[in-house]
Amino acid sequence: MAVSGGVDSSTTMVLLKEQGYDIVAAHMKLWDYKDVGGETSHDGRCCSLESINDLHAVCNAYDVPFYVLDFTRQFKDDVITDFIHEYRAGRTPNPCVRCNTHLKWAGFLKKALELGCDYVATGHYSRVAYDATYGRQVIRRGVDATRDQSYALWGLTQEALERTLMPLGEYTKVQVRELAQRFDLKTANRKESREICFVADDDYHRFLREWEARQGRGFSEGDIVTADGKVIGHHDGVAFYTVGQRRGLGISNPTPLYVLRLDPEGNRVIVGDDDDLYSREFTVRQINWVALEAPSEEFSADVKIRYLHRAAPATVTPLGNGTAQVRFGTPERAITPGQSAVFYDGDVVLGGGVIESGKIS
Amino acid sequence: MKQIYLDYNSTTPLDKRVLEVMMPYLTDKCGNASSVHHAGREAKTGLEGAREQVADVLGAEPSEIYFTSGGTESDNLALRGAAYYLRKKRNHIIVSSIEHHAVLMTAKALEKEGFAVEYLEVDRDGLVLPEKLREKVTDQTAIVSVMHVNNEVGSIQNISELSAIAHEKGALFHTDAVQSVGKISVNVEDLGIDLLALSGHKLCGPKGAGGLYVRSGVKITPLMQGGHHEKKRRPGTENIPAIVGLGEAIRLAEQTREPEHARLTKLSDYFIEAVQKRIPNVYLNGPRDERRMPSTVNLSFEYIEGESIILSLDLKGVEVASGSACTSGSLDPSHVLLAMGVSTELAQGSIRFSMGRFTTREDLEYTVSVLPEIIERLRSMSPLYHGTG
Repeated sequence: MAVSGGVDSSTTMVLLKEQGYDIVAAHMKLWDYKDVGGETSHDGRCCSLESINDLHAVCNAYDVPFYVLDFTRQFKDDVITDFIHEYRAGRTPNPCVRCNTHLKWAGFLKKALELGCDYVATGHYSRVAYDATYGRQVIRRGVDATRDQSYALWGLTQEALERTLMPLGEYTKVQVRELAQRFDLKTANRKESREICFVADDDYHRFLREWEARQGRGFSEGDIVTADGKVIGHHDGVAFYTVGQRRGLGISNPTPLYVLRLDPEGNRVIVGDDDDLYSREFTVRQINWVALEAPSEEFSADVKIRYLHRAAPATVTPLGNGTAQVRFGTPERAITPGQSAVFYDGDVVLGGGVIESGKIS
Repeated sequence: MKQIYLDYNSTTPLDKRVLEVMMPYLTDKCGNASSVHHAGREAKTGLEGAREQVADVLGAEPSEIYFTSGGTESDNLALRGAAYYLRKKRNHIIVSSIEHHAVLMTAKALEKEGFAVEYLEVDRDGLVLPEKLREKVTDQTAIVSVMHVNNEVGSIQNISELSAIAHEKGALFHTDAVQSVGKISVNVEDLGIDLLALSGHKLCGPKGAGGLYVRSGVKITPLMQGGHHEKKRRPGTENIPAIVGLGEAIRLAEQTREPEHARLTKLSDYFIEAVQKRIPNVYLNGPRDERRMPSTVNLSFEYIEGESIILSLDLKGVEVASGSACTSGSLDPSHVLLAMGVSTELAQGSIRFSMGRFTTREDLEYTVSVLPEIIERLRSMSPLYHGTG
């Protein structure tokens, strides 16, 4: 059982305990405050000593062995390094996706198997089960649509899913809070974890600057240009921009300007009107197929292109080699390279990958 | 589930006989040893009784024993106290590379404060070679610190020879004897020791009390300022119940030292042989002979990580450690094993089984019965293993 210190994983643990599972709880230590910076008082937040002490208490109360496993090195190599590389390449990464694929369902799962466990359990609001229709292990959206985390789980392999339990997929957040109260969990009233756990203050600009400064690396300034190449402003590094962003451009213009595209080779940020952000087509790479076995024919799916995006109808054309072309029925706003694109059939995750490039239609 | 405790080098269960002598001091005999009234005198009696008990075992005078909070504080007081006192005359410190962090980190801190610190190499068995010390020690050396028995692998140093070399150049000799007092003979005269750190909770005594032996005439600068306790060398109200417990624990350990040593030697020989018979590619770290504390068995299991073994054993009720308790949980291999020339891979696959007063043959038989399955499972998942499985 992967426990973070939050209410969701603690509740999951007690639920499974009540169902008769023999549980080993483990907290993944992913980073140190001294390395990621950003906060001076860490009280009550994820990965603080206090939350680990609370976990200790909860596990002790339920007679569950509890361990802290150190994954800081792998997290740095597989998640933080990629996070920085992606921003520098003009893309907007999903570190949680990467952490799930490369740590939770890799090193952590391996550790669980080493300890003789049959399954790993997590507190994600999604459902995992074998599905006869697909003849595969599938991921479904959780019952609580507002909490569903299937978007970040597309990278899980069939072997990993066979070994996975996610009981909270059947519950709403409100129900989980009620359960936590009933179980009298010390973690019941913990604050929600932040967007990116290792960017403690949610200021990723600060994080990039500080982290890179420690490695002796800076960012190169450059021009902000319009689609036709006219220089209208100045940027302090393409890494600090995201497609669709409006704030922080520092340009006065009669109409609002948005980031359309990032050009790391030319060290340019390309801006334009909101209308110019809409497009229909993009390619996806690093695809992992979940409910489908690598398809060769094109198919229809609802495609979700960011965590808070509502999946929209599209045609997916597999191109082989873990790549595909996606074409939405109607143009979508701000298709952002580096973000995940996840293909759904209703609630079922068919597969997913990383957005390579958007194309202005 | 069974609970088999094989982590005596981290800490030990409190002996009920020790608890018994402590009890009055936890309840009725509540005085402060510095007070003039009856309760104060009672406390003082307990305190000085313990001092005599410790002194007796070490072959020292009671006036040479100072009580502290434990081994770490004693090591700090010895090293810093002597180094600060001698600073103007001698600025050089020598410690072995396999010291406990209480010594090693103190030496590193002193290095930052401007002292010249050198680290003594050890051989493959974790033993300091006297000639290495002879090469390094000079008339600028303030203090040499070599632990008597290593906490991770159990190697026993030839302290009398090492201290004689230090003394030739007029340097003080300190030893961290936390793992040796009460287990083998520790006589400060025979060993030629100037300063010695010991701790109660490694001897079935309570946590929170330790001692520092300071040879009469040796000067140290105290680390704290306060009252007149412990002749001002360690101010602060004495932890009387724990100190009384420490005294009794040492007395008890010394009383049964020889038969207990023989019993643990037998157990340890059985254990090493049984494990190596059932599991291939297992190596003992530290001397195989009487130069190792028999109660410490440090084994490297090739191809796998120690952490997974520890957790798997814990889930079977067997409690062990990798290296010292202070470094467990960190994935860095033990500095002791690396200093002995053990490869990083083998060091990461090392487990310390440490036994003591309440360890039985049945405990070890159970451990031997669960270990092969765990090692086999871990090896079958190890990318490094292509062996007999």
